[in-house]
Amino acid sequence: MNAVRRSCRVTGSERVGLYTLVRVERNGLEPGVPGQFFMLEAPGRLLPRPFSVCLAPPGELAFLVDVVGPGTEAIAALEAGDEIAVFGPLGNGYRLDVERPLLVGGGIGIAPLPYLAEQLGGEPRIVAGFRSEAHAEAASILPPQTEVVVDPTLVTSCHLEGWDVLACGPEPMLHAVAALCAGAGSDGGKAAASRPYGGAQLAWEAPMACGYGACYGCVVEIDGALKRLCVEGPVLAAPRAKPACDKLSQAMEPIA
Amino acid sequence: MRLLNASGCLDALTAPDVVRALDGFVTKTVTPLPREGNAPPRIAETAHGMLNAIGLANPGRERFLGDNLPRLRELGVPVWVSVGGFCAADYAETCARLEDIEAIELNLSCPNVDEAADSAAEIVAACRAATELPLYAKLSAAHPDVAEVARAVAAAGANGLSLINTLRAVALDRNLRPALARGSGGYSGPALKPVALHAVRACADATALPIVGMGGVTTGRDVLEFLACGATDVALGTVLFSDPDAPARVRAELAAACAEACVASPDDALGLAKSPETEEKVTA
Repeated sequence: MNAVRRSCRVTGSERVGLYTLVRVERNGLEPGVPGQFFMLEAPGRLLPRPFSVCLAPPGELAFLVDVVGPGTEAIAALEAGDEIAVFGPLGNGYRLDVERPLLVGGGIGIAPLPYLAEQLGGEPRIVAGFRSEAHAEAASILPPQTEVVVDPTLVTSCHLEGWDVLACGPEPMLHAVAALCAGAGSDGGKAAASRPYGGAQLAWEAPMACGYGACYGCVVEIDGALKRLCVEGPVLAAPRAKPACDKLSQAMEPIA
Repeated sequence: MRLLNASGCLDALTAPDVVRALDGFVTKTVTPLPREGNAPPRIAETAHGMLNAIGLANPGRERFLGDNLPRLRELGVPVWVSVGGFCAADYAETCARLEDIEAIELNLSCPNVDEAADSAAEIVAACRAATELPLYAKLSAAHPDVAEVARAVAAAGANGLSLINTLRAVALDRNLRPALARGSGGYSGPALKPVALHAVRACADATALPIVGMGGVTTGRDVLEFLACGATDVALGTVLFSDPDAPARVRAELAAACAEACVASPDDALGLAKSPETEEKVTA
């Protein structure tokens, strides 16, 4: 485990559409690989909350927060000068050794894409889907080439076939993306199967107490068995993960 | 005073550095057969604690003995093996197979599986006949008289007590349905500390057995409180989830906590909060 836990000073907090971008000083923390995550202390709460790195400018780490409960509310309310414990980087991020990257984000699932696009380099194709025009304002944090769609148009209508998809978003979107990438094309999916990671790498979410394999709370079905998402994932090749259950995101705030 | 982890709150193989900061590592409970555990969601945060319903997920006795335990021994930290089962023979068979470890903790009180039909004392007696290793009985504070159970397991041959396990509890989601797939789970965290302190104090008064105290330990001050109530060792549980550096931090806090409590060292806190008549009871 290369993760380190440090007390980090908040350097700023800004609105990004309906979400909040919280910036902290790195204080020696490595940003890790895109798709890896950090546990952020939620002031006044017992347990920290997991967030993937959104931006990693020099000396800083920035996390995109969607307020869905008391923990994310406390984190989004942080102000410059506050200090919180930050622990990471944790888990397995995206593999960047792909030929034709296509970044797909749904809602708060756009969070890891700015850092991912930066690390891939060369203006990768990006598709972002949102459930409303108000939510879509958050696309301002993504590179200018991003294709933005708003419900009822779905990211899966954006011709994902034939690309190496790197996705993050709600579970139904991930399943639709996986199905599309696996079965796509006139060859019945042969081209997708020949691509690494089954044509798609998907970042999943699950409520987790610790982020480093201690609590066994974040299990999802991976390779046919219940396994810890924080250890095996959160990024998994498309065929590996199956839906956990739709109740997951209600139990506690999941990875943003 | 040894600082341990509470069973099920740390995976030595994914976080060996955390384990090396402890005086002993207590495994997740090992059952005779592999268990995948309960369906998710398995955890929920509450106002002052958390619930878990992991369900004793573990690789089972054979894989634990053949694969996990040898790797745990290589960490260079004394290993305590938590043993579980569904009847006294389950526990005893696992105990008989264990060797070259520091101690066995008998999980007699997991709130997330159906309980063994045999009594705590029957299980301890069966295990006593199966091993000469130190046997710590992990009890629940949910029993109306935990001291009575402590006396019974002491008479059955336990060498120590682990107090306390999580308490069975329920949390609801925003739609007023149980937040955990299993419905109920085990309640842990700071909210448990006063309950755990009472159990430790009551059992320290009732028996002369050494006690690993646990339940909401978060700070050096908490450690002193458990020692004052009669614990001889202390385990960290839920705090490890939010702070993997808790072992070093808690130790570092002990000196200041001692000064604040006007005791020279943690050893001097031992038993300060026990009942005045304790000595009489133990010797009687």
